[in-house]
Amino acid sequence: MRPVAIVARYALQEALRRRVFQVVLGLTAVFVTLYALGIWQVFRRVDQIHPPAGIQPRPFAGAFVFGLSMFATLFLGVVLGVFLTLGVVQGDAERGLLQPLLVRPVSRPALLAGRLGAAWAVCTAYVAAMYTSLLLITGLIGHWWPDRIALPAIELAAAVAVVVAISLLGSIFLSGTANGIAVFMIFGAGLVAGLLGSIGEALNSGTLKTASHVASWALPFEALYEDALHVITEHTTGFATFILRLGPFGGAHNAGPLLGPWIVLYAVALGVIGLAGFARRDL
Amino acid sequence: MPPALAARGLTKQYGSVQALAGVDLEVEQGELVGLLGPNGAGKSTLVKIVCGLVRPTGGSAEIAGLPPTATEARRNLGYLAELFRFPGWYTADELLELHQSLASSQGGDGERADLLALVGLEDARHRPVDQMSKGMQQRLGLAQALVGSPRILLLDEPTSALDPAGRRTVRTLLEELRSRGVAVLLNSHLLSEVELVCDRVAIISRGKLVAHGTPDELSKSRGVEIETGDGLKTYREARRDDVPGLVADLVNRGEKVYEVRVVRTTLEEAYLEYVGEDEQ
Repeated sequence: MRPVAIVARYALQEALRRRVFQVVLGLTAVFVTLYALGIWQVFRRVDQIHPPAGIQPRPFAGAFVFGLSMFATLFLGVVLGVFLTLGVVQGDAERGLLQPLLVRPVSRPALLAGRLGAAWAVCTAYVAAMYTSLLLITGLIGHWWPDRIALPAIELAAAVAVVVAISLLGSIFLSGTANGIAVFMIFGAGLVAGLLGSIGEALNSGTLKTASHVASWALPFEALYEDALHVITEHTTGFATFILRLGPFGGAHNAGPLLGPWIVLYAVALGVIGLAGFARRDL
Repeated sequence: MPPALAARGLTKQYGSVQALAGVDLEVEQGELVGLLGPNGAGKSTLVKIVCGLVRPTGGSAEIAGLPPTATEARRNLGYLAELFRFPGWYTADELLELHQSLASSQGGDGERADLLALVGLEDARHRPVDQMSKGMQQRLGLAQALVGSPRILLLDEPTSALDPAGRRTVRTLLEELRSRGVAVLLNSHLLSEVELVCDRVAIISRGKLVAHGTPDELSKSRGVEIETGDGLKTYREARRDDVPGLVADLVNRGEKVYEVRVVRTTLEEAYLEYVGEDEQ
């Protein structure tokens, strides 16, 4: 475990000292400020919002805007995670950063585990801080709180963790730039799957809903995000549920109890492919 | 006792390119071996296989009798790659500290200070890597390779970015390491440098070992030149052992002998001959 901890500490130092981290922090501060301003404006005029019949304006506005903020949290978390991991193997090897580390008594699995652990730690802390800030802003200014407080944050953090694992896996086979493009395209494909689901709900199309469901489980960060959207209005029933299911960037969708085990299996599969691929790589 | 480093029948195929075609090489403890060869000959591939960064297609490599990926083998290994970089945000001291942790070195602050002084970077201890010149980074790379007092050093072009004074520092350092029993495999294009410090030289061309031996063994005799009162006399077929007889003969004939030179090819000439032969 010692080499894993040393590599993780190295990766944490790298994450905190790289400019990308400072850029993400700066952008986050701007976003949170604008979000607070937006929430203040929305709830100042909440009486002027006219949602479909049977839905209260405040929960509608709260769930919709907070759902948007959850997407922003997911997106910024993914940006951070991808930039921390996109060049870990191939990119660092091409630049000559990796070889001095790997001739030390550090196994390749230990290097991957350390880098992954550090990226997860940074991204989880970021998602937790961002989610908490936005939750407090929405609750304190808008007087609306989601039905479940902790679970959406955990699912968002898990969604980012899945993308980070995909990015790390990609870094074994692709150079930094190619991997970054590939991971963002995969992330985009997940979002498209969510949009397909929303369209399927609106049109009541079984084909679109099935396609969305399959794609969101094949790219389970989307299934986690949809479930996180679902649990913020978990206790809402009737027509309101239908409207909220059409939510932003992929509707709310109850993933059910199998999502957790599936995520674990998915992570194990990524790990096995990654370790096998890295073991065969010439550096 | 196994050799410090051993390569046996090493082959490496990159797609259709045969980088190594059955290389056998051994380096004993306390021996300094120079690895020479033209660009693309397979030198760096050989070094990378020996330190476990590249998997051989065939044959085997050992570090002190162990496979290169073994933890104990790596504890004994120091490596400076030809194309390396260190994170620009690390200071020299932080970088060495990281490598101390990875190598389980107990040397602490003292080892870091000593190593930086050894490569002439004592004043740059807290300078970030991205504020160092290429030469300074290469010196830092050498210090990094020496963390944990390795018994085997693999140096791939360690002086390519150094000025003449820096090269001399490295030569002195290599000689000192040899006296401490450290085995060194030095991959370099600088033949004069290799000739000056190496006990043995191995020449690789097109993935094959085409010659090996001491620098003296590799260089060839080009006869004997004797400066006499009648001018310079050249004996092209003569060797060192023939000198007393030649001088005696000249003196008996009443000639005045002022200077005798046994002429040998330089390592560079020998290298070009071996590599040239192979290229043809």
